[in-house]
Amino acid sequence: MAQTKTRNLTFVQAINEGIRQELERDPNVIVMGVDVAGAAGKADQGFIDHFGGSFGMTKGLIQKFGPERILDTPIAENGFIGAGVGAAATGLRPLVDLMFAGFVGVAGDQIFNNAAKMHYMFGGKVKIPLTIQCQTSAGHGSAAQHSETLYALFTHMPGLKCVVPSDPYTAKGLEIAAIRDDDPVIIFQSITLMGMNFDVNVPEEPYTLPIGKARIVKEGTDVTLIGIGLTTQICLQAAKQLEKQGYSAEVVDLLSLSPLDEEAILESVRKTRKIVITDEDYPRCSVSSDISALVAEQAFDILDAPPVRVTAPHASVPYSPVLEEAYLISETKVLQAAMSLLE
Amino acid sequence: MATATTSSAITKDKLLWMYETMVLIRKFEEQARREQDSGRLRGTHSAIGQEAVPTGICAHLKDTDFVLGNHRSHHHCIAKGVDVNEMMAELLGKVTGTNRGKGGTMHIADITKGMLGANGVVGSNIPVATGVGLSAKTRKTDQVSVVFFGDGAAQQGSLHESINLAAIWKLPVIYVCENNRYAESTPFEYSVAGGSIANRAAGYGVPGVTVDGQNVLDMYEVGGEAVRRARAGEGPTLIEAQTYRYFGHYGADNPLGYRSKEEQDHYMSKDCIRQMRKHLTESKFATGAELDAIDKDCHTRIEAATKFGVDSPFPDLDELTTDVYIKYP
Ligand SMILES: Cc1ncc(C[n+]2csc(CCOP(=O)(O)OP(=O)(O)O)c2C)c(N)n1
Repeated sequence: MAQTKTRNLTFVQAINEGIRQELERDPNVIVMGVDVAGAAGKADQGFIDHFGGSFGMTKGLIQKFGPERILDTPIAENGFIGAGVGAAATGLRPLVDLMFAGFVGVAGDQIFNNAAKMHYMFGGKVKIPLTIQCQTSAGHGSAAQHSETLYALFTHMPGLKCVVPSDPYTAKGLEIAAIRDDDPVIIFQSITLMGMNFDVNVPEEPYTLPIGKARIVKEGTDVTLIGIGLTTQICLQAAKQLEKQGYSAEVVDLLSLSPLDEEAILESVRKTRKIVITDEDYPRCSVSSDISALVAEQAFDILDAPPVRVTAPHASVPYSPVLEEAYLISETKVLQAAMSLLE
Repeated sequence: MATATTSSAITKDKLLWMYETMVLIRKFEEQARREQDSGRLRGTHSAIGQEAVPTGICAHLKDTDFVLGNHRSHHHCIAKGVDVNEMMAELLGKVTGTNRGKGGTMHIADITKGMLGANGVVGSNIPVATGVGLSAKTRKTDQVSVVFFGDGAAQQGSLHESINLAAIWKLPVIYVCENNRYAESTPFEYSVAGGSIANRAAGYGVPGVTVDGQNVLDMYEVGGEAVRRARAGEGPTLIEAQTYRYFGHYGADNPLGYRSKEEQDHYMSKDCIRQMRKHLTESKFATGAELDAIDKDCHTRIEAATKFGVDSPFPDLDELTTDVYIKYP
């Protein structure tokens, strides 16, 4: 049997490779966004691909696929995301980069009123295979408008799928799965994960991860830690600390928020009888509160204690480094939450 | 392109104020870059090269008038009179900052000086400025609302919606596009159909003026007419100020990845401060020594601002959740 080759890639490299492979596989895939290449229109003067997209995720693509498929857009999110909806409705598979999740405020009309609803409103006769990727996470000195996570805004909407990779392996697999999916999919990419080193092997071949399935990244018996994207890594660190104190934590990496793998969550809780839910997003009407409700409604009798949530406060992201540090979800906060259930 | 009348119509005080303001901005921004390079400030959008644009406009404004900015807004703030000590403290995340350390480089605001805030979302402040104009008109004050935004921002729908509103309601709003030729690395020529932002004004029946944004006297001239119109109830003006940012878009971005050294040299040779200095000395409004004294004074003020910022305390941790609401519950 042919051995699949794997390598150690960064989060960004893995995403870049996934996008490249989809562009190669399907001529209907296009990429759009602000500076997805950069220096637009100046190739003849020797300038090309200066930005390579948000954090370099689409670097090197314009040289291979040209400006017809790698489209630098003016700063007009409602315009170009709406264009993505129309293009998707008529045969293309656009991948659109929104940049920071907060910019959804500009493009909300197209995402919430059109992308999410057209399939339903038109009686299932139109499909919108649109992928929107956006960047998330506080911790980078960028203040209130450039640091949000905002999962809940999107998961709230029927018609949108939402996925959150937690390492380079899941980043590539979910990127490809999202582009191939016939529904609109939002991918949330933590910029903190982009700066981390991973000891994770990423296959060279294209592969997909199923949208809607969580994965157990560490098995355990005493407490369930629910991670989403970056917080999966934080839960894994906290689990190590718990191990040292003699407790066995199970870490569930959600990967998909809509659809949500309710069974994976419930199954873990049935085993551990205790749950800590971590979520970088705001706490009200959120994925974390949704999961808390899920276990309260469906696993109430087997819980040893009420669910505990570790989230951002109900406040915007502060600029000052000391306040921002306090704002973030940390290993210590997760550890304390787990210990409150275990001791 | 609009050109300046002779500066003889302007008082010496005003001329020197404009020179001093541009120098103060330049020195503030040079220090901000040093703070960024040292890591005390985690990144900033430098306004070096664009000093003349808000200076020429704000020379006509009072504390009671309003200015709204964008992500690259330190120059707007200083031209509107925001205290450089408090600005530097804000950049460093200190509680003595304009925003108590909560907003940082992209959100500086000081309502007491009429600075209603920088804004990190491109194009987002343009409608807000329109509402400020509506407020002034409704309250029957003679206040003027000025919003600064980039050539990139001019592609957002918010500009179209706003100018149209301001035109039908004759609001005292001045839309100032700082066309520094690039939005991140995207050239103006690529993203602007028709090749002009000012020309769009014709469609709304309002004046659209293209002006050399590296010449503060030209800016002053154009700003004067726009402010006069606004105060007289004649409605909005769209100004496209052609300018240049000397450094990269943000942080350590190297602009030579999307523009040539020759192009940079061309624009830098028309530096706004050097031009003004030459004008003031050649037309005998000021001596070189007088201007040197202003330079030195600005330098001292920025040194003091940095010391103030560095020495100031960080906010207390309980500030994390204050200011979200005025009263809750
Ligand atoms: C709605 C929105 N889209 C994208 C960005 C990312 N971004 C920040 S500044 C910038 C370029 C803005 O260009 P321009 O308006 O010309 O102002 P300049 O930076 O040249 O001063 C971009 C794309 C943003 N902050 N907000």
